[in-house]
Amino acid sequence: MSISAKPLHSVGVPMKRKEDPRFLQGKGHYVDDLSFPGMLYLSLVRSTYPHAEIKSIDIAEALKVPGVKAVITGKDLEAAGLGWLPTFHGFDKQMVLAIGKVLFQYQEVAAVFAETRAAAADGAEAVQVEYAPLPVVTDPFTAKADKVILRPDRESKTNHIFHWEVGDKDGAARALASSAKRIKQRIWFQRCHPAPLEPCGCVAYFDAMGRLQFHVTSQAPHVYRTALALVTGIAEDKIHVISPDLGGGFGNKVPVYPGYVCAIVGALKMGRPVKWIETRTENLTSTGFARDYHMDVEIGATADGKVTALHVATTADHGAFDAAADPSKYPAGIFGIVTGSYDFPVAHAEVDAFFTNKAPGGIAYRCSFRVTEASYAIERGMDILADELGMDAVELRKKNFIRKDQFPYPSALGFIYDSGDYHKTLDVALEKIGYQALLKEQAEKRARGELMGIGFSTFTEVVGAGPSKHFDILGIKMFDSAEVRIHPTGAGIVRTGTKSQGQGHETTWAQIVAEELGLDAATIMVEEGDTDTAPYGLGTYASRSTPVAGAAITMAARRIREKARKIAAHLLEVGEADVEWTDYKFQAKGVPAKSVTMKEVAFAAYTNMAQNEPGLEATYYYDPPNMTYPNGAYVAVVDVDRDTGDVKVRRFVAVDDCGTVINPMIVEGQIHGGLTEGFAMAFIQEIQYDAEGNHLNTNFTDYLVPTSLETPHWETANTVTPSPHHPMGAKGVGESPNVGSPAAFVNAVVDALSPLGVRHIDMPMSRSKVWRAIRDAQGSKA
Amino acid sequence: MKVSVNVNGVSFEREVEPRTLLAYFLREACGLTGTHVGCDTSSCGCCVVVMDGKRAVKSCTMFAAQADGHEILTVEGLAGGGKLHAIQQGFWDQHGLQCGYCTPGMMLTAYALLKTKATPSEGDIREGLAGNLCRCTGYQNIVKAVQQAAGTLREPVGAN
Repeated sequence: MSISAKPLHSVGVPMKRKEDPRFLQGKGHYVDDLSFPGMLYLSLVRSTYPHAEIKSIDIAEALKVPGVKAVITGKDLEAAGLGWLPTFHGFDKQMVLAIGKVLFQYQEVAAVFAETRAAAADGAEAVQVEYAPLPVVTDPFTAKADKVILRPDRESKTNHIFHWEVGDKDGAARALASSAKRIKQRIWFQRCHPAPLEPCGCVAYFDAMGRLQFHVTSQAPHVYRTALALVTGIAEDKIHVISPDLGGGFGNKVPVYPGYVCAIVGALKMGRPVKWIETRTENLTSTGFARDYHMDVEIGATADGKVTALHVATTADHGAFDAAADPSKYPAGIFGIVTGSYDFPVAHAEVDAFFTNKAPGGIAYRCSFRVTEASYAIERGMDILADELGMDAVELRKKNFIRKDQFPYPSALGFIYDSGDYHKTLDVALEKIGYQALLKEQAEKRARGELMGIGFSTFTEVVGAGPSKHFDILGIKMFDSAEVRIHPTGAGIVRTGTKSQGQGHETTWAQIVAEELGLDAATIMVEEGDTDTAPYGLGTYASRSTPVAGAAITMAARRIREKARKIAAHLLEVGEADVEWTDYKFQAKGVPAKSVTMKEVAFAAYTNMAQNEPGLEATYYYDPPNMTYPNGAYVAVVDVDRDTGDVKVRRFVAVDDCGTVINPMIVEGQIHGGLTEGFAMAFIQEIQYDAEGNHLNTNFTDYLVPTSLETPHWETANTVTPSPHHPMGAKGVGESPNVGSPAAFVNAVVDALSPLGVRHIDMPMSRSKVWRAIRDAQGSKA
Repeated sequence: MKVSVNVNGVSFEREVEPRTLLAYFLREACGLTGTHVGCDTSSCGCCVVVMDGKRAVKSCTMFAAQADGHEILTVEGLAGGGKLHAIQQGFWDQHGLQCGYCTPGMMLTAYALLKTKATPSEGDIREGLAGNLCRCTGYQNIVKAVQQAAGTLREPVGAN
């Protein structure tokens, strides 16, 4: 028996995705595809006011609507002890259904259960709520004044949620004061929404044994199970959470939402399955938004461009409840990565968060907890500094990069960067884009009055939470896990605590096992998302799947290999010490002719194991010793129409270094997708509220997702600097393009407008905003 | 009211409320859940199906009653004879999907596009797919998938 060449070197191979056949044939299993006998539908009544006292809720008419079975309100839930839901990092709680007052427009007010989807919606329309409007606070700066206290339910009567800081405040201030050059800029990362194409939803029912069967769009099903046990008092063994195929997540499917709780309450109350699927409007108006950080960035430098200090003071808008879903010790996430790729001798960062009458959130949207905000701040700041110094933005970056001989590098804000070669990565990008030729072209165009810009972003991310000593959610440490079983015929199954939302885990995880064990990735099945079968894990977000679960899979496979070695020794009739793992098979030391494959060993593990324990499986819980630090060099080239403000992204080169690449096809796909979301934030996406607190982007006609027409063509390349502490050297990549690209777009547009004297422009850079910037700049020059 | 629709060559006769949208008729009355719903405003295209052999329609924007007596092709009807359709194969080969939620609508829009334009340029494809949103792929591989499918479909039958 011998194995073919195909499974060898499975890592690094662009294997086609194993999960695709079901999606291609319409056989995916998304939550809304589920149907159970007797299933009821839930529709939520939502607030029309952003801040108002609830005078009365009249459900009589709703109960008359044909098909409506029940209506519940906040008072009913409060009586049952379920009025409030803890938010994930444990510092706040959120109303399930409004109690006493509403705090944002589209807040959940009442739950209507009915025989059909349409009847539930009709019932929700018929609920009459009388409101008495209260003063509205729509920005954190007004909130700061505490003239209106939004959350009298909290002990401290203030809109201020927390102050967080890291670094050397006095040292940074001193260094800034004595710097030859200094810049200061208010940079706003606007409120965005992840908007996965599949909205959030669930189906809940209690089975004949009284177990809660909960099918839900969750990126972290185990955390949901534990949270539900803690909140409802249902024993954890009586809760079965199943997260089926997810139609995207991007962080939006991490928090627990009121609709989920209402569905479970309804299922309990009526003894029937209950389905809740939110509409797109509900998704955009009430579930986890992202960003909304107002960042005051100060950088000091010597006259010749060596950075001396960084200070960033952020005012954060968290909305009506503090539901940011950050690790408990990190209320501002991992914003401390704000020193970026640069060797700052001293730095200080602080964040103050406030309640406003907007939807709650501040979730990690395709980023590792506020890393996108931090990365944008420093990459924008470096360009402004270059402008101040009259220095080329590339030269400034190269002068201040952390050099490759400085790794492991302790940053001024407390991180130990694992590895990187920033100069090389940038050089690859410069060559690919043809920087010198572009500079020449730009100079010629500028001479003719044309606006062309070249923008860089040379970012460093921090992902893979995390070492358990630092990171936890609701007290649960952020490790992850894998269970690998090899069947008698050499096929196998992997189960992990993560949950793919399109990242291709069913393929990538199989490739890792195939690589470690010399088996065929095509016959390694992957299962995730079922809390009855998967080992406990913290889920998929913050680019942590490959850094943490991927490491757990590798380690579990290596445990299997050690066990297999004993059986191989028996089969080869040599001592265990004389067996070596070479070329993806076991061989008697120095005797290449005498070897057995893992497939043969697997069969023996069940049929001829001698004195060894039967079977071939292992579980590993991996607690990463450090986070990983993916990085990249991105270049955008834009042409700006002086008369209309129209920006054309002519080219975009992304060079990523995510360490060892397991499946290059999947990695490139992740980069394409993340760049497109970065492009969206840079140019078109913002969740807006008017001064009265009305939500202005309630659907896809107002909150735009880029289409195939305006999305640029992406050019990608990579460098490989393996992570020294990850067992495969991998770093994670899903979020890098979303973290790194916004600054490249903005830097390019500002570079284009720089001859007019424009130094900064906030996202989204709509045509009208760019046009106004041109007009104002020309006006001030005139 | 009674509605009769031929879906993927099978006749479905169902009693529905007049307001039933075609998307929910397919998903809930016919049990064909491959057609997805991603928005409330006909913006996302997850629900696209092909009507009468060549017209891509957003099934969330039509009443089931409007499809009465018509032929509908959904994603479940694309493959045939145990073989993926050239468009499905293109999406698989070119990594044209990630979460898979937009994929059925995307493929059916491509199906209708290739019925009217056998040799589309990249611009034609990008324009043709502009009514279908994808949040995962950035479209580049979707364009390649459609190009591959167009090439396969142009090959004379039996060429392989």
